[in-house]
Amino acid sequence: MIKTSNVSYAYKTGSSLQLPDVEVRAGEPCLLLGDSGSGKTTLLHLMGGLLRMQQGSIFIAGTDISRLNEAQLDHFRAKHLGFVFQRNHLIGALTVAQNIAMAPYLAGSKIEQARIVEVLEELQLKEKRNARISELSLGQAQRVAIARAVINKPALILADEPTSSLDDTNCMRAIQLLLQVAEHHQAALLVATHDQRLKNVIKQQIQLKAQNQ
Amino acid sequence: MNLFVLVWSYLRSKPLNTLLNILLVGLGIGVITVLILFKNQLGEKIGNTSKGVDLVVGAKGSPLQLILCNLFHIDFPTGNIKLVDAEKLANHRLVKNAIPLALGDSYQNYRIVGTTSAYTAIYSAQLGEGKWWTSDLEVTVGAAVADALRLKLGAHFASSHGLSKEGHAHEEAEYKVVGILKPTGSVIDNLILTNVSSVWKVHEESRDSVVMASRFSNLLQANVANDSTREITSLLIKYKNPMAAIQLPRMINSQTNMQAASPAFETARLYSIMGVGTDVLMGFAYVLIFISGLSIFIALYNSLKERQYDLAIMRSMGASRAKLVWSVIMEGMTLTLFGALLGLALGHLVLWIFTTWIPEGAKGGFTGAVWYAEELLVLLGSLLLGVLCSLLPAWRAYRTDIHQVLAGG
Repeated sequence: MIKTSNVSYAYKTGSSLQLPDVEVRAGEPCLLLGDSGSGKTTLLHLMGGLLRMQQGSIFIAGTDISRLNEAQLDHFRAKHLGFVFQRNHLIGALTVAQNIAMAPYLAGSKIEQARIVEVLEELQLKEKRNARISELSLGQAQRVAIARAVINKPALILADEPTSSLDDTNCMRAIQLLLQVAEHHQAALLVATHDQRLKNVIKQQIQLKAQNQ
Repeated sequence: MNLFVLVWSYLRSKPLNTLLNILLVGLGIGVITVLILFKNQLGEKIGNTSKGVDLVVGAKGSPLQLILCNLFHIDFPTGNIKLVDAEKLANHRLVKNAIPLALGDSYQNYRIVGTTSAYTAIYSAQLGEGKWWTSDLEVTVGAAVADALRLKLGAHFASSHGLSKEGHAHEEAEYKVVGILKPTGSVIDNLILTNVSSVWKVHEESRDSVVMASRFSNLLQANVANDSTREITSLLIKYKNPMAAIQLPRMINSQTNMQAASPAFETARLYSIMGVGTDVLMGFAYVLIFISGLSIFIALYNSLKERQYDLAIMRSMGASRAKLVWSVIMEGMTLTLFGALLGLALGHLVLWIFTTWIPEGAKGGFTGAVWYAEELLVLLGSLLLGVLCSLLPAWRAYRTDIHQVLAGG
């Protein structure tokens, strides 16, 4: 579902990053391991089209995203990608349901309340539907972010340190949920983390080496 | 879910900020609205009041005072002119018609005007009930007078000398109300109308005993004593042809001891004098609006700083730059739109309160219940203001570097 080859990225400072090839199939998870500064986030942002690479190609669901222009990329992100970040970055002014509804709205697809309820139910958040973001616990907020990432049935879910701010119990719960919904929606799941606790959960792993800058 | 829900939620998440900004815009727009209403209605009043009169002739003095006194019934008379002089002028070949006015007395601050039925024709006044005045000491009162003083047909009252309540009361001769006019929206609503000789009658105390031969005065449409000391306050003249506009005023001002004043010219002068006041207020309104614009700008700019994660997240979810820019501009426009609506309502409310609770306001015939095309312009202008003060914050939203923001956190 995602396949990268020969991707390299040059920072504005002049140093460049040579990234390993990644291939993850639909419904499969993959762990992207590495210490801070090893380029995990950069690789993830490149794959998510949030950054432009100078070389190489990234195919997601059969499309080479390096060939898309900005508007096409925006649209592609909305349709085929779901993001989960370390800090949940939910929109504080909106309710839980509105936060989730942002995804189909920005993708230009119809907002089906039934689908929102279904996803909330799957993540055991049904009764929090109209709650404010500030009323949620850390774990609940993480689950809302996951719900928002999967609502559009994306081909690829990119998670950046989704568990590092959670305690052991919540960490396991969150990763299990991520695996579960990714499999349920047949999405490839790429988790970038330095969280050693995840090593035992996801078999496919790619180790990023610290770059000599 | 749509952009407006998002914008609305952002505004609602900071209720005090939002309220302050709406209030600031509302105050500025409110002042402008009051000025628009006031200026337009003043213009209409002035136009309507002076439309049937080409020239006002009275005693020498200030021409503006002459107009204010005899057309608008605000100022005091400049003095009197001799009836014989007035009659001579009324018969001039360039005068189409002339209406006499005899002022000097009032009742409860409402003026008593001695005149002829031609005066009521200028304002197309119609009888509401009763009849027109015919004989001495009969009055037909304007609608506003009847309303304010609760005058009924058949009521009697004594006038007082001068144009204020404190004047000496003429208790010897009482007026009797014989008719009440329908409201016209013009100055006549605030007048008590009678014939010229009634005004004379209340003032003559010693002359009663002297019996004089009488003659018919064409100007007054009545018999008058053949007495060369008789005086009236002014004449309202309608020209026969455009030539009169050139010749008559000059002739009167130079060859008689009367003065002629043109309503058109004097009201234009009055307007420019009042213009200074409205300009100052307008300037004040613009300062208010400038401050409100600045306040909205600062609020948007600051909240965007807090929202850079929101912006980056929305971009990662596929929001185009244009959509985010539009959401910021929409936020600015929503604030100014609500502010403008509040301001328009406030402006009309202020004028409504002014006319309902303050007698002078009601007397001026102003109303808060009319709308002018300029108000639509105000609404559009406020939307423009919203765009203007959200441009820079919107640019900031446009420039959001998703990677930087998300990775930097």
